[in-house]
Amino acid sequence: MTDAELAELVKSALLKVAPDLAGEEFAAEKRFRDQFEVDSMDLLNFMIELHRTTGIDIPERDYPKLETLAGCVAYLKTKGFGK
Amino acid sequence: MTLMRKITYREAVREALKEALERDERVFLMGEDVGRYGGAYACSKGLLQEFGEQRIRDTPLSESGFVGAGIGAALGGMRPVIEIMTVNFSLLALDQIVNNAATLRHMSGGQLSVPIVIRMATGAGRQLAAQHSHSLECWFAHIPGIKVLAPATVADARGMLWTAILDPDPVVIFEHATLYNEEGEVGAEGDLGVDIECAAVRRAGRDATIITYGGSLKKSLAATEQLASDGIDCEVIDLRALRPLDDKAIMASVVKTHRAVIVDEGWRSGSLSAEISARIMEQALYDLDAPVARVCSAEVPIPYPRHLEIAATPQPEAIVGAVRGVMRK
Amino acid sequence: MIEFRMPSLGADMEAATLVEWVKKPGDRLKRGDVIAVVETQKGAIEIEVFNDGVLDEILTNIGEKVPVGRAIATIRGMDEALGPALRAAVPVAAPEKIAPVTAPPEEAARPPPETRVVQAQITPAARRRAQELGVDLAAVKPGLGGVVGLDQVEAARPVTKERPGILFDEMRNAIAAAMARSHREIPHYYVASTIDVSRLMDWLEAENSRRSVPARLICAVPLMRAAALALKETPELNGHYEEGRFEPAGRVNMGVAVAMRGGGLIAPAILEAEILDMDELMERLRDLVARVRGGRLRSSELSQGTVTFSNLGEETADSVLPLIYPPQVAIIGCGQIAERPWADHGAVVVRRTLTVSVAGDHRVSDGRRAAQFLTHFQQLLHNPEKL
Repeated sequence: MTDAELAELVKSALLKVAPDLAGEEFAAEKRFRDQFEVDSMDLLNFMIELHRTTGIDIPERDYPKLETLAGCVAYLKTKGFGK
Repeated sequence: MTLMRKITYREAVREALKEALERDERVFLMGEDVGRYGGAYACSKGLLQEFGEQRIRDTPLSESGFVGAGIGAALGGMRPVIEIMTVNFSLLALDQIVNNAATLRHMSGGQLSVPIVIRMATGAGRQLAAQHSHSLECWFAHIPGIKVLAPATVADARGMLWTAILDPDPVVIFEHATLYNEEGEVGAEGDLGVDIECAAVRRAGRDATIITYGGSLKKSLAATEQLASDGIDCEVIDLRALRPLDDKAIMASVVKTHRAVIVDEGWRSGSLSAEISARIMEQALYDLDAPVARVCSAEVPIPYPRHLEIAATPQPEAIVGAVRGVMRK
Repeated sequence: MIEFRMPSLGADMEAATLVEWVKKPGDRLKRGDVIAVVETQKGAIEIEVFNDGVLDEILTNIGEKVPVGRAIATIRGMDEALGPALRAAVPVAAPEKIAPVTAPPEEAARPPPETRVVQAQITPAARRRAQELGVDLAAVKPGLGGVVGLDQVEAARPVTKERPGILFDEMRNAIAAAMARSHREIPHYYVASTIDVSRLMDWLEAENSRRSVPARLICAVPLMRAAALALKETPELNGHYEEGRFEPAGRVNMGVAVAMRGGGLIAPAILEAEILDMDELMERLRDLVARVRGGRLRSSELSQGTVTFSNLGEETADSVLPLIYPPQVAIIGCGQIAERPWADHGAVVVRRTLTVSVAGDHRVSDGRRAAQFLTHFQQLLHNPEKL
């Protein structure tokens, strides 16, 4: 998968958890928490959705790597997803 | 805090005449039985004794004659108050009113003015049968060149006359015959003059607008009591001036409530209610949630027997029904 | 036969608009079944019935504004015969009796009432309103006389399942009314404690590392669990104060303050929180938050809360002094978990700490009781494996 496709996958996961964010601009380097009003429950649900769609088990200590769109894309690549 | 007192409509008219006669020596009252008899409806009782024969003039039984004489007096600088006993007899003076009083300013290029006030009793409800029960306000409201008033409250009966007298052009005042005994509140002192152009909201409401004038006001208000107990909240507009009509007040109300019911004691064909309905259609069509409804007299000469007279004229039950109709409830 | 009346949905709610009937006459009902959906300032609320029975007659139309206490349906017992239904005083039944543009039901030879041979009569005001609201006139059901008027268009306002149906201005007003009432009527006192939650966080991290992503707990969960347990020992902080009397609650129905995107705040309750273990609490919390976001809550969740828990969350502030939501008598507020210098046996160390505040209704409890709650709360959090 290309970076763009990975980014789309991440966005869909977040939109599934927070459908009212549809149509919003996603700044790649900004933390989700800063861009949108998402709280810890939303982010956990987002992790669960990512886990569900990618099959990757994400340990809690990796959560900080997944705070931005760019971070998520990079993380998925390091885990070998979409190769 | 203005002091108020309660008097009858009749007393209000008499007080207004007395005040006018006192304030301006050009004012005089003329008509059948206004002097020695004290007025067919007792509105000028005692005025002959107080003001004398020059100012309170009994006329011959000739409406065309004495209305013409009044017009002549006005042309000569006087301020006559011409009493035509009822609108039924005014038909004999229509030529004077329509072809002279209403037109002379126009036809003279502004050189002549006819500052007369014509007062007439009007309407049905006293079993006076077909020839003596007309409500022909709409015929007069049709004529450019005159103003037409319908005081429905005691305060308006008291206050409209002086303003009408001050008007340099003809003003016709209709007093509904069933109102003379009604009691109402009026200021105890000070200037009691009122305007003669604006309609009045007698009851504010949200669900439907009832537009009416003269003797039909109290029937309309009675209808709103019953409707209120059914949860329908009506606004009641008393037109007060029939020419010119206060379009602004009418439309403001209809735009708010989206529903209009006009209560008019005339026959519906070619009536004032038809005119108001047309104006509402012109100016507030897109605000209407139902066709404008009209409650008018039945299209028959007004009957003599009491139960038939009641059946032939607008009553609270019919007004309630019309409001329910526009509410579709 | 009983009349089912519109239940109260919270301290600041007087009326709601009926938007959907979930059950129809003849349907069997069990206690707790959702019978209808109403729209309020707080979004769409599902109304649950209190009795078993069979829905007999619907007394309120869709689109009608229903005040609390109005009879909206009748429910008959399982074995009651189908008798003449009770009719409410509202003129709702009338439209079914009159059908001027269609055939009277007695004359079977005529076409069935559904056949409309006349074109829809739409009033000008209705047409304009439909345009304003984005309502498709072709889909609007005509009212009395086959006329589509303002009432019919208003009733056809779109209330889609995806849109939360929450008017934020109205929600702001509802919050304002409740908070003003709280401030006005409840004499608040505050007690706060800063707690060392390092042991809790260590335990939580260990737990979560053992669990797969979907099974993980957020840190609010052990806090809520500890609070529910501690409340059992301090009943003066859990219940309702109404008409001069405090009624302690047998259960801990814990309201959870959930912030909504766009600025609204709502605190639906997790019922009987004291008997739920942490996994169950997590599931209930997740479901609740999802339904808050989707604008779909239950009437019992809004009216039966006995206490509220307000967690500010991460990266917010150290502490919060919240207002009690009437008719409750206490609210527990937690600030963010942050590292702080901490004194431990004479040495200065860095610990993760949490400042928790309790606001209490001084008519019912005092600072000592709230402090006892906090002590107990703290003790529970020091032994997270026992929670």
